Amino acid sequence: MRNPLSKKVEPIKPSGIRKFFDIVSEMDDAISLGVGEPDFDTPWHIREEGIYSLEQGKTFYTSNSGLKELKLEICAYLGRRFGLQYEFNDEVFITVGGSEAIDLALRAMLDEGDEVLLPQPSYVSYEPCITLADGVPVIIELKEEDEFKLTPKQVLDALTDKTKILIMPFPNNPTGAIMTKDELEEIAKICVEKDIFVISDEIYSELTYNSNHVSIASLPGMKERTIVINGFSKSYAMTGWRLGYACGPAIIIDQMLKIHQFAIMCAPTTSQYAAVEALRNGDEDVDKMRTAYNQRRNYLMSEFKKIGLDCFEPFGAFYVFPSIKKFGMTSDEFATRLLMQEKLAVVPGTAFGACGEGFLRISYAYSLDDLKKALKLLKHFIDSLEK
Amino acid sequence: MKKQILDIISSNSRIPTDDISAMLNADKETVEKEIKCMEDAKVICGYPTLINWDNTDCEKVTALIEIKVTPQRDMGFNKVAERIYKFEEVESVYLMSGGFDLTVIIEGKSMKEVSRFVTEKLSTLEYVTSTATYFVLKKYKEHGIIMTDEKEKQERMLITP
Repeated sequence: MRNPLSKKVEPIKPSGIRKFFDIVSEMDDAISLGVGEPDFDTPWHIREEGIYSLEQGKTFYTSNSGLKELKLEICAYLGRRFGLQYEFNDEVFITVGGSEAIDLALRAMLDEGDEVLLPQPSYVSYEPCITLADGVPVIIELKEEDEFKLTPKQVLDALTDKTKILIMPFPNNPTGAIMTKDELEEIAKICVEKDIFVISDEIYSELTYNSNHVSIASLPGMKERTIVINGFSKSYAMTGWRLGYACGPAIIIDQMLKIHQFAIMCAPTTSQYAAVEALRNGDEDVDKMRTAYNQRRNYLMSEFKKIGLDCFEPFGAFYVFPSIKKFGMTSDEFATRLLMQEKLAVVPGTAFGACGEGFLRISYAYSLDDLKKALKLLKHFIDSLEK
Repeated sequence: MKKQILDIISSNSRIPTDDISAMLNADKETVEKEIKCMEDAKVICGYPTLINWDNTDCEKVTALIEIKVTPQRDMGFNKVAERIYKFEEVESVYLMSGGFDLTVIIEGKSMKEVSRFVTEKLSTLEYVTSTATYFVLKKYKEHGIIMTDEKEKQERMLITP
């Protein structure tokens, strides 16, 4: 038989998270801080709206780009929260989660050999999606001493004639790093000067704790060269609804929509109706969840200090990214031993790029009680190392 | 900070002060002082425990009673309410808008005991013109906490990117 597999797909490595997932799934009493989704249930009024839409028989396809009322709500929301102005009819469309939008943006913009600047540590899907779109990922290694922010120098050093796109993954999964307006302005200046397009993944934009999120697309000269990706998963605790959206210049959105039309048809209808309710009446839910995450973040930072775990203070998403370098182990060894000895699961930083070596991603999308139990185990483990 | 402390302890009054101060990134003394201050000002009026008596061997009956009263000159409803809330059997008393005046919530050991209290103590009170008693059959939710037995199952996968 001939090899049934594509030469492009086969060499792509499965996510580094897989290994831990497999081990943890086999243990029945493991505690995990390895989850990348909110612990809250979707607020009831949002779920109820989804149920109501089903009762009314709204079970058909929507238009390819999504419900008009949802697109209108999204435009209004982006305007009031981040000062972004988009036309609902040709500059925004609804996707199956932010992940689909990442894939589409890359496929719509890349030709073979085009280079994409990819800051890491960052979400697991960018690199394979770049490769699948025939692009060449150029990794920029973010540094702990820069609080895992992207610096202008790093961008300039990585630029070549072939650079077409810069991925901006802030607020960041896994580090929790954010970028301020001043810092973004410097990056934006380079993008305008060097004619680079930006894919800005702002899925955690509602989860920042010391200042409001700033979208790079809101800076001068950037709207016409930026695809903003956002969604409902993190801000409204709606991961399973699979709903995101992409906004940007009509010329790019149009091409993304073309792929979406053939590959997906449209995002789930029930989810779209629920999302309209989320945007209309969900601000308070978001505030409540943000407050809870922030309290847990404070709690973790204070406990890390007590148990002697070094960690820069992150101000976004729901992750902390402590350094384990002083224990003389790789991230993978540390995480594996922690899992075997204490039955506590965390994700090694290397799952998010090679430069995550020496770090762990710890999620605080857990109740305070769960965090407490987990920290006790972590402390016990660290004490055993120091003996 | 007061509002934040209240939000935290309103769902768990047993949370250690150390935890509150860590969660709010404040020192312990400040948090203790704020709590004391709110206790003194009767912002925090007590720390009762939410118990589902149905899950114990103890018999408890809860009744909600609507009362119409004749308000008193110079004292309005307050004096009447006071006569009522001083009874130990009375859990809560609210002044209401609408078709009646006071809502009284009574807890007793049996329906008999509650009935006796209503007929002998409440309805005989001067100024009380009528009462209507409703017994609680089942408590589903109280204080924002769901009291039915529905098990919270962890639906999330243990590790996700």
